[in-house]
Amino acid sequence: MVIEKVLMAVGAPLIAFAIGLSFIMLKRKVVPRIQRRYGPPVIQPIYDVLKLLLKEENISHGIIFSLGPIIAVAGSILAVFFIPMGGWNMLSGSADLIALLYIMAIGSLGMALGAGDSANPNASIGISRALTLMFGYDLPLVIIVISVALYYNTTSLPDIIAAQAHGNWTAWALPLAAIVGFIVVYGALGEHPFDIITAPHEVATGPMVEYGGKHLGLLMINHAFHIYLEIALFVDLFLGGGSNLLEFYVKMFVVFFIMIFFDSVFPRFRIDDAVRFYWKWPAIIALVNLVIVLVR
Amino acid sequence: MEKMTEEQVRTIANMLRKRSLWMIHYCTGCGAMELPPTMTSRYDMERFGMSPYVTPRQCDILLVTGYLNVKTLRRLITVYEQMLDPKYVIGFGSCTLNGGVYWDSYAVIKRLDRYIPVDVYIAGCMPRPEAVMSAFKHLMELIDSGKANGYKLYKKNLAYYKENQRKVLG
Repeated sequence: MVIEKVLMAVGAPLIAFAIGLSFIMLKRKVVPRIQRRYGPPVIQPIYDVLKLLLKEENISHGIIFSLGPIIAVAGSILAVFFIPMGGWNMLSGSADLIALLYIMAIGSLGMALGAGDSANPNASIGISRALTLMFGYDLPLVIIVISVALYYNTTSLPDIIAAQAHGNWTAWALPLAAIVGFIVVYGALGEHPFDIITAPHEVATGPMVEYGGKHLGLLMINHAFHIYLEIALFVDLFLGGGSNLLEFYVKMFVVFFIMIFFDSVFPRFRIDDAVRFYWKWPAIIALVNLVIVLVR
Repeated sequence: MEKMTEEQVRTIANMLRKRSLWMIHYCTGCGAMELPPTMTSRYDMERFGMSPYVTPRQCDILLVTGYLNVKTLRRLITVYEQMLDPKYVIGFGSCTLNGGVYWDSYAVIKRLDRYIPVDVYIAGCMPRPEAVMSAFKHLMELIDSGKANGYKLYKKNLAYYKENQRKVLG
């Protein structure tokens, strides 16, 4: 029993990282094929991260600047334990969905904290954009989380997954909520047209502008965790989680694969347009969904 | 034994560095015109793990694309000094070799390696994307054999480079 718990504590972050990394590899291979290019070798992201970690020189602008990426990775690993991973309910029994939404924000806040210490104007603009975008997509996200919780009459993720057993997914019961959830997760991942935060042509990768060497390597590791967290939350809430890891991975794979195709065809929103979009259509659909759940 | 492991770490690091070269998108002259075909579907330099990034802190290669006038040289040196070790420089086109068509201009510098160390030169005006790709492959071979150490030369001969920079920049 103890051995199993230790195995979970060590294995879960590693598996989460491997899943996130496999999605980054997939994206770096599929996007070039859509653009009629050959694309890099499959394990190119591993080369990139290891090269960054092996840089000879690392510049720091202060203690918080160096701590920021570490806080981000630590916050992401903490959040991994609160999301049920294909039959493994690690700490998710002891905390509910609303606590999870706060824990998932730690990763972004760690990055914002570190980038703010670099005193680069591009980084400041990037952080303000990140927080404004979060402000935009949190409104529909909170409404759909409330409506899902009301529908199942619980805020515990393992209970919500148990209620969706045998194919009774939330996506079939509440299709409007699933659509809004997809749009919210898509924006939270920063794919086109919501890549306003790191827009290389406008703010020079935003918060990451002063990061290089091992700090940037840590931020890339955090990106893999971030992809895992957002899609795992979507799969657990709307697609019934998974009874084993393989089923869970296949569902996540399908969701991310669809996202890559959206990502390849869109240009970029301005930040005010993005917030206006989120507070208009996803918010209206989420409210309609909430009314449907209430009068049901 | 300890020396041996250090050597092995350097070999592995060089192997990773040559497979993941990030290029800073800083265009100085007309040579930048040859980079879009090199990056996009026709020649696709991402096959070798090379991709354009935007800030000096993140990048490994500095491409000096074409002529450099004195005003641009000041910015170029700032960019070069902001990059993190190990860093490599590619001189692109005849202008960085001997001034090219600007050989008698009062506002353009003639030889780039008097101001910053250059690892690989590409001759021609303009070099075709094939020449650019071949220079990238050559740089990869140099990194693999541990010969691309311009950044070490810059630290070692800093007085020489600073003296030359002071002469033109004032």
